[in-house]
Amino acid sequence: MRSVSNVKEKAEPLDIKKVREDFPIFRQSMNESPLVFLDSAASAQKPQQVIDSIREVYENEYANVHRGLYQLSELLTQRYEGVRDTICNYINAEHSHEIIFTKNATESINLVANSFGRTFLEKGDEVVITELEHHANIVPWQLLREEKGIVLKIAPIDDTGDIIMSEFEKILGPRTKLVAISHMSNVLGTILPVAEITKMAHLVGAKVLVDGCQSVTHIPIDIQKLGCDFFVFSGHKLYGPSGVGVLYGRENILEKMPPYMGGGDMISSVTFEKSTWASLPHKFEAGTPAIVQVIGLGAAIDYINSIGLKQISIHEHNVLKYATQNLLKIDGLRLIGNSVEKASILSFTLDVAHPHDIATIIDRSGVAVRAGHHCAQPLMQRMDIPATVRASIGMYNNYTDIDLLIEAINKVHEIFS
Amino acid sequence: MDDLRELYQEVILDHGKHPRNFKAIEDATSTAHGSNPLCGDQLTIYIKLSDNGLLQDVAFTGRGCAISMASASMLTELAIGKSELKMNEIFNAFHEMCIGSGEASELDEELEKLQVLSGVKEFPTRVKCATLSWHTLIAALSGDIEVTTE
Repeated sequence: MRSVSNVKEKAEPLDIKKVREDFPIFRQSMNESPLVFLDSAASAQKPQQVIDSIREVYENEYANVHRGLYQLSELLTQRYEGVRDTICNYINAEHSHEIIFTKNATESINLVANSFGRTFLEKGDEVVITELEHHANIVPWQLLREEKGIVLKIAPIDDTGDIIMSEFEKILGPRTKLVAISHMSNVLGTILPVAEITKMAHLVGAKVLVDGCQSVTHIPIDIQKLGCDFFVFSGHKLYGPSGVGVLYGRENILEKMPPYMGGGDMISSVTFEKSTWASLPHKFEAGTPAIVQVIGLGAAIDYINSIGLKQISIHEHNVLKYATQNLLKIDGLRLIGNSVEKASILSFTLDVAHPHDIATIIDRSGVAVRAGHHCAQPLMQRMDIPATVRASIGMYNNYTDIDLLIEAINKVHEIFS
Repeated sequence: MDDLRELYQEVILDHGKHPRNFKAIEDATSTAHGSNPLCGDQLTIYIKLSDNGLLQDVAFTGRGCAISMASASMLTELAIGKSELKMNEIFNAFHEMCIGSGEASELDEELEKLQVLSGVKEFPTRVKCATLSWHTLIAALSGDIEVTTE
């Protein structure tokens, strides 16, 4: 497996001991064993800095944003809007007003499907997705298909879990209006060549939406290099709180899109005859937003920046490499997803036991993994498996976690043989 | 480890690996498809009723974990020769046993064989694995073709 793109190998190594100390959840034990948390791809644990930021807002700084003519509200509004700048820098967007706060990545995709999709897509227009998408990047387009009669085209992947670029190219055509793809598979760990995909899609005049839920925590994101028109992610996978997500959209496209929801905060003026919309980004943020969660997300990104995403990438890649080598030594274990361009995810099956049985057994050793279809049933069908066990690596996982995972898997063999 | 041994008893592993009545019934009176959308387990139950309304044959196909396969396998063995009413009664008692609230009843004899599945009560997330085939059988008996456990 190749080292993750954009990462310089010479960065200072991550201080894993300090990182683990920053996450209070690791002070507890699970079923009388140390907690081995290998499910960060579902949702990551929170560092003390994030938890403190949330508590501090509630204790000392809380008021509604964008409304109050008093100091508390003005100060918190500044902090809230400051997180937009933090995110803008984190993903290298051009303008802070291209960052829209949503509930999560799922809502971000639904916002695009509803606002962009319903306005600019006509019957017979094509939306291209891939075989490895999460349900969140499948179902909104199916809903749009039912309503507008668009055509959903599926770009195939190969057995290692890579998108087949020659097939993808063939699918593109004059009716392709949107390509909606994962940056990184939540099941296989594959990192898709988004910059190349975007170039090809733009050549036929299609816009590109990138689901960055998994990639945003593992590899540096540069919107200008990726070239995509939309980029979505959730706060809770990025070591931030649940309840806040992000939609990045290119300014000139967001300007043309109608509001997704109506309400307070998103208007310029309202009369019973007619209302006019606020400018970006507020046009897409009706109602009181997830104020405190946004502040928490800002603290999470500050924390990641203080550790260094490059350091995190290198560390996780080393743990992934160690885990891959050692898991493959286990009899009857099959790794699903073997792309050379992958990060932080190990999906596997064992010949002796079903993934659910494995998850139950290793949970008793304090090892938390996910088992099932991972909200990617079409991908399971493509790989011809009912489910996998997925161990996913976050910045706090170390070699010991992998050793304990392997020890726990050996117990599965003990019970099932 | 003890509650794991309790959950994965020899009988369960055996039924899981070598499920009984694991086939489609071509001339089934009724079939129903059961799925657990959260974990992806899927199975189909086939029933054939005799003229007097008893279950003459019961079989299943599908994929799932050891618990769901074993439970389905044991269900088919137990159901053959029984009436719809009886199966409903046993299901209620079995369900209570799985969630750990069962009281001793006159069904003890029927439940005895299913006792090996009672280990799921220590694993709340796995109760649905044990009951999926039962929900599906009840659906087949009442003429429903789809059932999901959520």
